[in-house]
Formats: sequence, structure tokens, C-alpha cells
Amino acid sequence: MRCLLHDNYPHHSHLLAPKAHQPMSHPGTPLPSDWDFIRRGRRKRPGEWVVEKIIFLVSLSAIVLIFLIFAFVGNKAWPVIIGKTNSARVSQERIIPVEDMGKHTPQELQAYLGLSARQWADMDDEARKALMELKVEMAHEKVEDKDAHINTTSWRYLFLPHQWTGYDKPEYIWQPVSQIHKYNLVPLIIGSLKTTLVALLFAVPLALGAAIYVSQLASTRTKEWLKPGVEMLAGIPSVVLGFFALIVMSSFFQHLFGYESRLNTLVSGIALGLAVIPVVFSIAEDALTSVPRSYVHAALALGSSKWQVAWQIVLPAALPGVFAAVVLGFGRAVGETMIVLMASGNASIVSWSILDSCRTMTATIAAELAETVVDGHHYRILFLIGAALFAVTFVSNLVADAIIHRLKNKLEGVA
Amino acid sequence: MSTPSSAPRPFRRQEFDFWSFFFSGLTGLSTLFILLILAVILGNIFYHGWEGLSWNFVTSGTERDMFDLESAGVLPMIVGTSARVILMTILVVPVGVITAIYLTEYARSGSLATRFIRGAINNLAGVPSIVFGLFGLGFFIAFVGVGMDRILGYESAHWGKPALLWAAATLAVMTLPVVIVATEESLRAIAPGLREASLSMGATKLQTVAHIVLPQALPGILTGAILAISRAAGEVAPILFTGAAYYMATMPKSLSDQFMDLGYHVFVLSTQSPNIDQTRPLLYATVLVLLLLTFALNFVAILLRARLRRKLRAAH
Repeated sequence: MRCLLHDNYPHHSHLLAPKAHQPMSHPGTPLPSDWDFIRRGRRKRPGEWVVEKIIFLVSLSAIVLIFLIFAFVGNKAWPVIIGKTNSARVSQERIIPVEDMGKHTPQELQAYLGLSARQWADMDDEARKALMELKVEMAHEKVEDKDAHINTTSWRYLFLPHQWTGYDKPEYIWQPVSQIHKYNLVPLIIGSLKTTLVALLFAVPLALGAAIYVSQLASTRTKEWLKPGVEMLAGIPSVVLGFFALIVMSSFFQHLFGYESRLNTLVSGIALGLAVIPVVFSIAEDALTSVPRSYVHAALALGSSKWQVAWQIVLPAALPGVFAAVVLGFGRAVGETMIVLMASGNASIVSWSILDSCRTMTATIAAELAETVVDGHHYRILFLIGAALFAVTFVSNLVADAIIHRLKNKLEGVA
Repeated sequence: MSTPSSAPRPFRRQEFDFWSFFFSGLTGLSTLFILLILAVILGNIFYHGWEGLSWNFVTSGTERDMFDLESAGVLPMIVGTSARVILMTILVVPVGVITAIYLTEYARSGSLATRFIRGAINNLAGVPSIVFGLFGLGFFIAFVGVGMDRILGYESAHWGKPALLWAAATLAVMTLPVVIVATEESLRAIAPGLREASLSMGATKLQTVAHIVLPQALPGILTGAILAISRAAGEVAPILFTGAAYYMATMPKSLSDQFMDLGYHVFVLSTQSPNIDQTRPLLYATVLVLLLLTFALNFVAILLRARLRRKLRAAH
């Protein structure tokens, strides 16, 4: 109760607290120690206590939501993580010869053919028989392919190269909709990293330069114009940036550099950079502005130029914040979906060349989830990718948060 | 004591330093470059989109053919996007405002609960939008929706499928941090003296919050809501699996219907068009509508925010 009643503004309390309310049990002790016990305002009514508890509970919703995201995205991916999914085309199940159809109950046959009750009911005996024959035929066909026995959702096949039938060396392959579902995540991870790297290389220098200029060098008047201007970039929806990259930038870049594939990592990376710039800019600008003005004034008084102050005094003091800005920019770049979906070309190839097209983790989820069987292995693998993205951004957020927190404490301590 | 004639002038002009000049120019140029890119993007879209934009385009639907230059319009998408955004606002604003009230009025800055809440908010702000889409699918549709179907006794999937309500709920989760941060800022801008005065008149804390603090914070709450709306209006990834439809013959009629969406339509027009060169005017006009919508909202938010900041400076 005391924590709720206790005044938030103790430094003003002596001005407002009615004298009669002060506990005078220790008349000899100096006043300040007594001030802690001053309770202002009317005593709460029972109804208010309930309302305040509700306010507290509602305010926990952000924590609950983070937990739910973790639980429900992780839940769908969990069978893959613990190796409970099996994508082998030929499973251990028995093949039922067509002649033996009569020996099994309809329920068994329905499960065997993987049909729903309604589908089973809609078919006549001829259709069921045809399906049985097809199943037997498929089984014979697949046994010849040694890959048909592999559970491609196990960890080994998610991350290590494998020499698939028809390939002459072990390779990383993401090919979820083929006879043999190949779920190697390495091409997607490389795609994501490659695009993110291009985006950061493009965005960070520009955004930091702009942040230094706007926070340290520009006059107050120009600043009022420049800051909202740069932040306007954040107001452009990512699907519009994706559209711009796809329709305008890709052709322009191809014309400029004359490379082969129109949609590639360079185009999507730079478009992604446009989405990252406002993130890095805002946070870096914030960090640079929070450096106490006394630092700046002291350095200026010693005869340094504005640039020297910015580069040698302000930037080093705000460096953790600038680093946090880059980390958050990284998180934004890894998680961005529509831009890369539209502009990267979406070819899942293993290549570090930025002139090749690439497929990122986010774009893969966006492009493929709608076509998967609910709770099937492809569906679960896509949720696994989502969970991995969540984990990556979660960690980068925590890191950036901790850095900013420490910086704030340090600078406020000095000021 | 030196004589006045030999004394150095109190303010000496800085010696010209080339590197200072060079790097100042470089940072200034990078700022200009960013603004230039922005201008090119906006200019390109306005220039090409303007021709396709007409009253007919905004008020007609896609009954005949969504890729037909003459007849196709964006009314269903404007309706769909507005519906999901309004629904989202109804869901997110109360939760966001109450959280902000707790954080500014009740929470003690160092306590464990406060730290966890703040951490969660910051984390929520950084979750990739596609993960929100997965969350909406896994939680709202596959868990809440399917559960509702079971309880309400629907034979086929009624709630347990992509729907307007689930898209709005997913976006509400995504925009919660935006609303909280904006509201918090506006609550902090209120002069402490107002609270002090109210408390000293004998009002309880809750009365002070409800009658003094909240009315004062209204513009800030509005700003937060508008920022959330403008962020949500252009988002596509979270609604890909939770409600947006490639094509719908009719407008959404209930919360359990799917809807056509402006942002998703931009995606469809730019990637699925049978003839991209021919449908380009359509695409540009749709992009322009989306952009005008989000920018108008942003502009209002910026104006409100600027007023708020001035008030903040006056209060402290």
C-alpha cells in the first residue's frame, strides 16, 4: 500500500503537504526522515484498489505477449527441434496390396491413404482402388531412390551438405516442394546475412553521418527541417520500398552496372538499407544528443572546431549508443520481409556474390507458408525459421537495450 | 598588464582546418543524400501515380478484373485496410494507454516489474513483422479461433481461419509499443504541479489520474494512436496469413471475413500481374493511394507531437 500511496515527487513534498498530516512521533529528529511517511491524498476506497490492480495486470500484457509469441511460435517448431518429425517418403509403414482391401476396415484404409473422412466418403470404390494402386506404385518407385528413406527434417540435413541423388557432390539445398523435401537452411541463412550485410554497409555510414551532422553540426533551424525529413523515410511502408526496388531501382542498377540477374542481393540490400537508415539515424541521433552540453562547451572553449568536438568528444562519449543503433538496425534488417521478398529474386543458391539473387529466411516464410499443409513438416520447418528469427532479434534487442541503459546511467551520472 | 592595443581580441576566429571542413561537408552530404533518395522515391511515385489517380479509381471495385486498367479500382482495399486498422486501434489503445499510465504514474522506476515490462516493450518493438504473422496464425487462428469454433459449435471453420479480426489483433500486438511510448511521453509532459495540486486538494491517486492527468494527455494518446495506425496501415507481412485475401468478390461483412488490403494489393500487382508493363499505371496509382494515406496520418502525428514537445519544454 505504501508504495502506491507514496508520493512520486518527494522533492516537492514540503511545499504541499499539510502540516497537520505529518507524523510527529519523534519531535527531536530532523524533518527529512519524517517526510518519507507523509501520505498525501485521500485514503483509497476499496473500488480503487481493484481498479489499480487491474491497471497493473493490464500493464503486464507486453510481458505476456512476448511469452505467448515465444510459446506459440516455438510450439509449432518444437517437434522439429526434438526430432519428432519425419519427412521420409518411404516410411516404415506396411504397404497394403490392392487385393487385401477387403480385409481392412474403412477407417484403417482412410488413414493409410491419408484422406479425410469427407474425402473418403466422396469417393466411390473405383477411385479408392485407383488410389491404392497408386500408393503401391509410388512405394516401388521410391524405394529405388535411396534419398526416399531419409528424414530430411533431422538436424544433420538442416545444416550439413548432402549428396542427393543426381548430384555429383554434397550440396546445401533448400527445395521443400520436390519429390524429396530438401530443407537445408544454409542457403537461407547465407541469403539473410548477405542482404543484411549489404544493407548495413549502405545504411550505417549514411545514417551515422547524418546523425552527427544533425545533432552536432547543423544549426537549430536546419535541424528542425532535417530531422523530420530523414525520419519521413520511416513513414514509407516497406511494401512501397519493395515495390520501388522491384520496379525502378532494379532496372536502373542493371542499366548502370550491366550485370546479369535483374533482381539480386545488391538491389534488395540497398532497398533494405533505406528501411534501416531511419532506425539507425534516430537512435544514434538520440545518443549523440544525450551527451551533456558541458562536454561540448568545454571543448569549444579550448579552441576546438565543431567537427573536432563532434568527432573526438561527442562520438566517443556516445559510442555505446551508436553501437546499439547499429545492433537495432541489424535486427530490423534481418527481420524485414516485404522488401527482400519482392526485390531479392528469391533463388535459394549458396553464393556470397552480391550480384547473385538470394532467398532470405523471412521471404521464405512469407512465400511458402500459405501453400503448406497445416502442421506438416514443411509448415513446422517454416515456424522453426520464424523462431530462429525471433531469437536473433530478441538477443540483439536485449544487447542494444543493456548498452543504452548503461550509457544513460553513465551520462546522467556525469551531468 | 598589457596595453589595449596589444591585447588579443576576446573572440578569435577559428583557424581554417581542412579536415574539419571536409568531414563536416561529408556528414552534411550524407544527410542530403538521404533526403535526395527520399525525394526521388516520392517524386517518382507522385509523378507516375498522379495520372492513374482519379475519383473513379478510388470509388470503384475489382468486380470485373483486378488487372483491368479501365475498370479496376481500390475501394475494396481502402475499406479492408481501414477496417483492420480501426479494429486494431480499438484493441490496442486501451491496453497501451493503461500500460503507459502504470509506467508513469504507479511504477517505481527501479522495481523488477517495471524493468521487465520495459524490456518486454522494447523487445516487442523489435520482433520481425513476419514473426507476428506466424504468431497470429499459431495463436489467434489455430488456438483462439479453433477453440472458439469448438465452444460455439461451428461445424466448419468459422473463426479458425484467416479473418479481419485476427489480422487486426495481430497488428494490435505489433503496434502496442508505439502506443505505449507515445502515451508515456505525453504523460511525462504534464506538469508535476498539476498532480501535486490535485492530490493536495484531497483527491485520490486514481481520481487524479482519471480527471487531471488523462484529459491533459489526450493529444499525446491521439498521437500514439495515429502513429500506430500509420505504421500498421502499410504493414503487409503480419496479415499475409492472418486475413488478407488475394481477391474477394465482395466487401468484408463481418469480423470473420477475409479482406482485400491496400499494401497486399501493391504486392500482388507488382509480382503477380500477367503483364507488368501494361498494369504499371494501376500499380503506381495504388502505391500513391497507400502512400498518401500513411503520410497524411504521419503528418498529423508529427504536428501533434511538435505541439506536445513545446508543451513539455514549457512544463519543466
